[in-house]
Amino acid sequence: MARLLTYAEKDTWIHRLSGVTKMIFFLLWSIVGMITYDTRVLVVMLLISLVVFKISKTEWKQVGTVFLFILFFLVFNLVVIFLFSPYEGEKIYGQRTDLFHLFGNYYVTKEQLFYELNIMLKYFTVIPVVLMFMVTTNPSEFAASLNRIGISYNVGYSIAIALRYVPDVQADFTKIRHAQEARGIEMSKKASLFNRLKSMAAIIFPLIFSSMDRIDVVSNAMELRGFGKNKKRTWYAGRPLKRNDYFVLIFVVVFCAAALIITFLDGSRFYNPFS
Amino acid sequence: MKKSFGIKEVVAIGIGTALFIVLTNVQVPFPVVPNTSLQSRVAILTFFSAIYGPVVGAAIGLIGHALGDALFYGSIWWSWVIPEAVFAIGVGILSKKYGIKEGNFTAKKIVMFNVVQVIFNVLAWVVAAPVLDILIYAEPAKKVFAQGALSVIGNILVAGILGTLLCAAYSKLSVKSSSLSKEA
Repeated sequence: MARLLTYAEKDTWIHRLSGVTKMIFFLLWSIVGMITYDTRVLVVMLLISLVVFKISKTEWKQVGTVFLFILFFLVFNLVVIFLFSPYEGEKIYGQRTDLFHLFGNYYVTKEQLFYELNIMLKYFTVIPVVLMFMVTTNPSEFAASLNRIGISYNVGYSIAIALRYVPDVQADFTKIRHAQEARGIEMSKKASLFNRLKSMAAIIFPLIFSSMDRIDVVSNAMELRGFGKNKKRTWYAGRPLKRNDYFVLIFVVVFCAAALIITFLDGSRFYNPFS
Repeated sequence: MKKSFGIKEVVAIGIGTALFIVLTNVQVPFPVVPNTSLQSRVAILTFFSAIYGPVVGAAIGLIGHALGDALFYGSIWWSWVIPEAVFAIGVGILSKKYGIKEGNFTAKKIVMFNVVQVIFNVLAWVVAAPVLDILIYAEPAKKVFAQGALSVIGNILVAGILGTLLCAAYSKLSVKSSSLSKEA
């Protein structure tokens, strides 16, 4: 089973920020990262992400496996884009400068390289922020935070339960898989597609039915304690917004607004260095 | 007295999402085409939508996909998170009609369930996902439609085979509403 990103207790000012602040930062950051194709904006965002990442004292061993995995996907995606649409850059930037011939109808063009560089930058601006959000936010505090910004506490509680039960379900999954493998199901590449689907079912069925029991147990327990009776509830892990939270929020809102204005100043989401 | 969104639904979203996240990287890759796979988490989403309805399904799809991506891959591909909810709502909207909880998942209903499942898989992965990819990420159209077309095959297979079997098995376990007969 691959390693999950998990929260690690540390004492940096990023850890001390409220979960709401980090979530708003992360959401706005990824939305702007999604919208803009402006290379200048992306480079600035990348630099800020890296600084923030550095301050959060996240270590390589916390995120290394996941990072390599993303890198693999990124490279794969870039290659596939090139194979499917080698002249996308030409369409966007309105001109074509061939660099060299590859094979058949595939020419490497300056514009395509620039377009794919932007895609790569888009990935890299968001990755550090997501990684940081995952490893510096306490799940219970996060649920409390959601409620604070006006989302119904039912939703907050659902997310808290999800995060709380991921390790349990994972343990169940491993147990069931070992048991089924001991009984001789084949999960490796040797089995045929149909057989592997069958072995998948052999694991998922017991897993789901034990989870259905768990839903009954947990919801009965919550009902007995009067969950959902009142309109509001208090949170053990909730944290009020402090001075630094407001600083970060103001910064991110202003920055994102500025980024969007700069991006769309010339009427397009792409920055065109060729014209 | 039963509200449409009670404690059970809250917990179902929570546990369903946990299942969905754990199964994120339990996949069987297709032998021929790279980067496509039979994703077992699709079966979870189908099953929970069919039993608990559109709200629970959509929440599991959105939260599960976003959190699962963030936890395993460290980045969230929003244009593929939203179609997950499209699919779940589609399957979930008729959840009462399938009669799974009442132990009444008959052949006719199995057919209906699968027709719905196929329609919304196509809507989600061949229409919504590529269009969002183009709008949000400005990726080449040919590439995203090819990706969508490939993933829809896998998802239809998993939802059709595993999803149907799960619903049928769960339906057998639950009590038939007509299992009591009046004594003469």
